[in-house]
Amino acid sequence: MTKHHIQTTLNGDEIDVLVEPAQSLLDVLRDELHMTGTKEGCATGDCGACSVTIDGNLVCSCLVLGVEVGGRNIETIEGMANGDQLHPLQDKFIEHVALQCGICTPGLLIAAKHLLEENPDPTEEEVRYGLAGNLCRCTGYQKVVEAVLDAAQVMQK
Amino acid sequence: MQNLRYEAPETLADATALLAAEDGMARVLAGGTDVIVQMHSDLIEPDLIVDVKNIPELTEIAKEGGAYRFGAAVSGKTLMLHEDFNKTWPGVMDGVRLIGSLQIRGRASVGGNLCNASPAADSVPPMIAAGAVASVIGPNGARDIPVEDIVTGPGQTCLDKSEIVVSFLLPERPPRSGDAYLRFTPRTEMDIAVVGAGVNLTLDDDGACTAARVALAAVAPTPLLVAEAADALIGTKVDETALEALAAAASAACNPIDDKRGTVEYRIKVAGVLARRAAAIALERAGKNQ
Amino acid sequence: MGMKPSPYATKIPYEEKDNKVVGGRPNPADRSDAIDKVTGRARYAADYNLPGQLIGKVLRSPHAHAIVKSIDTSEAEKLPGVKAVVTRDDFPDMEVEHAASGELMVNFRDVTRNMMAREKALYDGHPVAAVAALSESIAKEAMKLIKVDYEVLPHVIDVRDAMKDDAPLLHEELFTKGAGIEPDPSKKSNIATRMESKLGDIEEGFKQADFIVEHESNTKAAHQGYIEPQASVANFTEGGTIEVYTGTQGHHVFRAQIAKLLKMDISKIKVVPAELGGGFGGKNNVYLEPLAAQLSRKANRPVKMVMTRDEVFRATGPTSGTNCKVRMGCTRDGRITAAQAELNYQAGAFPGSSLPLASITVFTRYDLENVLVVGHDVVCNRPKVAAYRAPGAPMIAFAVETAIDDLARQCGMDPIDFRLKNAAKQGTQTHFGPPLGQIGYMETLEAAKASPHMNEPLGPNQGRGIASGFWFTIGNDTSATINISEDGTASLIFGTVDVTGGMRSAFAMIVAEELGIPFEKVRTQVGDTSALGFNFMTAGSRGTAAGSMAVVKATRDAIHRACEIAARKWEVETDQVVWENGHARPASANVGDFEPLSLAQLCKEATWFGGTIAGHAEINVAMGGPGFGTHLVDVDVDRQTGLVKVLRYSIFQDAGKAVYPAFIEGQFQGGAVQGIGMALNEEYIYSDKGTMENPGFLDYRVPVASDVPMINTHIVEVPNPDHPYGVRGIGEVPIIPPLAAISNAIHDAVGVRLLDHPMSPPKVLKAIDEAAPAQAAE
Repeated sequence: MTKHHIQTTLNGDEIDVLVEPAQSLLDVLRDELHMTGTKEGCATGDCGACSVTIDGNLVCSCLVLGVEVGGRNIETIEGMANGDQLHPLQDKFIEHVALQCGICTPGLLIAAKHLLEENPDPTEEEVRYGLAGNLCRCTGYQKVVEAVLDAAQVMQK
Repeated sequence: MQNLRYEAPETLADATALLAAEDGMARVLAGGTDVIVQMHSDLIEPDLIVDVKNIPELTEIAKEGGAYRFGAAVSGKTLMLHEDFNKTWPGVMDGVRLIGSLQIRGRASVGGNLCNASPAADSVPPMIAAGAVASVIGPNGARDIPVEDIVTGPGQTCLDKSEIVVSFLLPERPPRSGDAYLRFTPRTEMDIAVVGAGVNLTLDDDGACTAARVALAAVAPTPLLVAEAADALIGTKVDETALEALAAAASAACNPIDDKRGTVEYRIKVAGVLARRAAAIALERAGKNQ
Repeated sequence: MGMKPSPYATKIPYEEKDNKVVGGRPNPADRSDAIDKVTGRARYAADYNLPGQLIGKVLRSPHAHAIVKSIDTSEAEKLPGVKAVVTRDDFPDMEVEHAASGELMVNFRDVTRNMMAREKALYDGHPVAAVAALSESIAKEAMKLIKVDYEVLPHVIDVRDAMKDDAPLLHEELFTKGAGIEPDPSKKSNIATRMESKLGDIEEGFKQADFIVEHESNTKAAHQGYIEPQASVANFTEGGTIEVYTGTQGHHVFRAQIAKLLKMDISKIKVVPAELGGGFGGKNNVYLEPLAAQLSRKANRPVKMVMTRDEVFRATGPTSGTNCKVRMGCTRDGRITAAQAELNYQAGAFPGSSLPLASITVFTRYDLENVLVVGHDVVCNRPKVAAYRAPGAPMIAFAVETAIDDLARQCGMDPIDFRLKNAAKQGTQTHFGPPLGQIGYMETLEAAKASPHMNEPLGPNQGRGIASGFWFTIGNDTSATINISEDGTASLIFGTVDVTGGMRSAFAMIVAEELGIPFEKVRTQVGDTSALGFNFMTAGSRGTAAGSMAVVKATRDAIHRACEIAARKWEVETDQVVWENGHARPASANVGDFEPLSLAQLCKEATWFGGTIAGHAEINVAMGGPGFGTHLVDVDVDRQTGLVKVLRYSIFQDAGKAVYPAFIEGQFQGGAVQGIGMALNEEYIYSDKGTMENPGFLDYRVPVASDVPMINTHIVEVPNPDHPYGVRGIGEVPIIPPLAAISNAIHDAVGVRLLDHPMSPPKVLKAIDEAAPAQAAE
């Protein structure tokens, strides 16, 4: 199988990687680049655990081919904190106990960050609909919603 | 998929040539939210993927006189961010907004939603109701096809294997027009329509309905344009009697199956309920669109 | 359960005291797992990669029921890049031998057949071969080259169908056994077991009744729905040892099972429990581990296996689908006189459903004199059921708690008052065995009655429902080791897998409390199988309750050691030294006038006075401290579509003592939302060929964030008398009441009684339409 040489930007770093045409971006991230923070829950776009942004657009990385992302700007959970400064959403997720097993957490954080970038002061309902693409089986969502609403307040200051 | 090739042509001619030259299975890739799922679930094993997102005609949104033309590969998210389009075609956007999740809409396109040829596609009924026409190109030239004629059966379209849907043309809106789409799903998001109903109507100065189109999803092997349902509205003030007749006509048009998402009985009944509710929303929107 | 209580099991009496750390909210930044989880650092099983690893895939039966006549792997083995193929021929057959695996029992004869079909494929998705290759795509190509010759047999999916005399039989050697039944070799059956338990005289009880209600409920199988698919990496070395990195709720139990299935010494195997991406009982069973280990042995390379979501649905988990019949009677003034139930539970392809547990919970919220509970454990062509959060209880509670509601209505009583009138309390005799000890059920009802939720107004087509649940707290083998570092900080290693992310913090709080040092000076982690003695699974709500008993004991052992060092320094006896506020002090003025010594100071002296300060515990914790909860739910019903929307939800549950209250709230909320999902939409759907139709999150509809409202939580604290901090198990109770509570709310809203699960829109609409003529006539 012919591999494609992809040059792209991942969390601010310019990287090179060889990818098979059928490989999803998720598989490229996890298997080729060893960025295992992005999780696979279904590989069919139904759970959101693999959420990343490409040029600021929120997507499921399982539904993107690696060959499509040349020259793009990809952000994953590994790039969310600024050095040793956690993003306010990361802080609030911990503070509100918005994570239990944690497998959905990276995807939820990426989706929540994207949500607050588009809507800095969402209502509870907007947060719930904004995160409806991310399944969480542990929390029942309440503490996640509370954490996002609280982070929105902090980030607006 | 050991021998899968990936191509991302920049012109329509190159894209159709690639498709025409492929002896094995070729798939057009727009948002990929159906094609990639099918690939990774081993439902299809394509030999060639033609990514059409680098072709300008497939990714633009533009006004042509009073009409709107948008590329078949424009993502749902891009459409959602286009303020005037949202104002002009709120019912089409009702459908677009219901495709998958935010993540899915970040990639999924109306062209893909149509060409996947599922009877339950959410953007298709409001596009049919809107009177949208697809511009199709192939090695032998271009043709225009009304959206309701594209899907011929579950997973099947009238397109030749080397043809591509390039864009959609939505006609200019007369004043006092409104459209709406509602679907029924057990969950609020991330679901597939059990039933969907799109209604597009235009009123005259007295509030009488002068034109209407009604389309249904997930109640037959293909999305349905239901003329009898539209007839129930035309010439009326979309009052209780008309809505009652609309619901009855919508239910009567259904030819559904029992499956994991719903029963025949349920789909027939709820098709009427949704058509009626969608008409009420379309009516309200038309009233505001002076 | 299968185990008698041991007289040697550990209980530590409740100690009433003011806690400084326990019950509070520690600095979240010191939650040891949380930073890793929000930054993507946490390593789940699929995140492990070993040098030179191969990728393993499983070939599964497409048939619900078929004789596996032959398997030809020769073409697959020849494919370049394929390094090993295994089938049934690569695993030794097992004798009948039972063992506990979480809350359910397993039989090794069946475990080996479930991980790899032998004589027959018994469900859609049953493994028939596994391949290890250089890449996933090569492994998939290889699977296409494996020729399996099946003889397809008639199948049976539904529990009632499987119980019929003319049903297709799954197992030639299965004869019904159980209460009052001698296995009859002439009567092959899919009914593996009949159970019976009783109290008083059921006929006499019904004679005393003024009102009698009968409910028959049917529930579909539901999956645990953990977001992390099963994954394992196994490394079999030429020296005959194995390391396995896997997602498990009990790594010691998995180690023992791998050893048994591969006929190895237990000590040759090390199982490292990865961070667990959700289990809810579904990760109590080995699936991939023995396959990966055997592939690794054959290929002489590490093998990594990760399930797809489709495989997870088709071949792991789910809970039992059920048919339950309940008959209850009460007097005009609301006293229950008789309670009878028949529980018919699917076990899946092999015997061993949650029936034994479910039959314990049936009526165990009420103080009853006359009870009869009969149950059947029934095999059918589905994946072998696994535990799912209070295994078996939500389904029977669905029938019982709705019957309670109807009895209350017949008496003209408020459903809470009716429950209060009949509520179990300390001393209530259960129908299955011992009387109940100190419990907090009534307190949950009183809290519900007094809650603001009761005053929220309801609109048209809206209704309110209530239901209660009971679950026990199991004990079992539990190990912990605490090492006090040279600077006086503490490192705790424990063996109970932290399935919630809360145990590490809760245990750190308890260690801090016991030692009298700040929370942030304690680091806790789950030890692998080489670090500690045998530790039972995280199951039966035992995680924090049983785990913390070992933690307390280990920490007190270390404190004893610290006091010994102080005594040696002061040249007094160890029992003349006490531990207070993080310091060793003389027990009284008579001992002498010594400056108290902190843990850090004692650590500096430790070498001279005998060695490092550490403590450990390997105990069998006694079972006890059951939990009770009551839920209130308001729903809105769309009469035209049958859609049920949950408007408001409140939970009142006895936690005994909440060590880390925010986590308890999270458990309540998460369990309830699983229950809401199960109540309204989640179900296994089968085709007429016996294949699963919805093996994905698109059509197996777990709730999304916009489906549910905020969920109020009220923690009741009636201490568990046999735990030093009063802790009860809390994780499972919250999934029990939602089915019944929602059915009761729908009834309140639109006057129809739903007993057919899930209460999905088509069923609700049908019930409304069928009732419409009668309702119109009223």
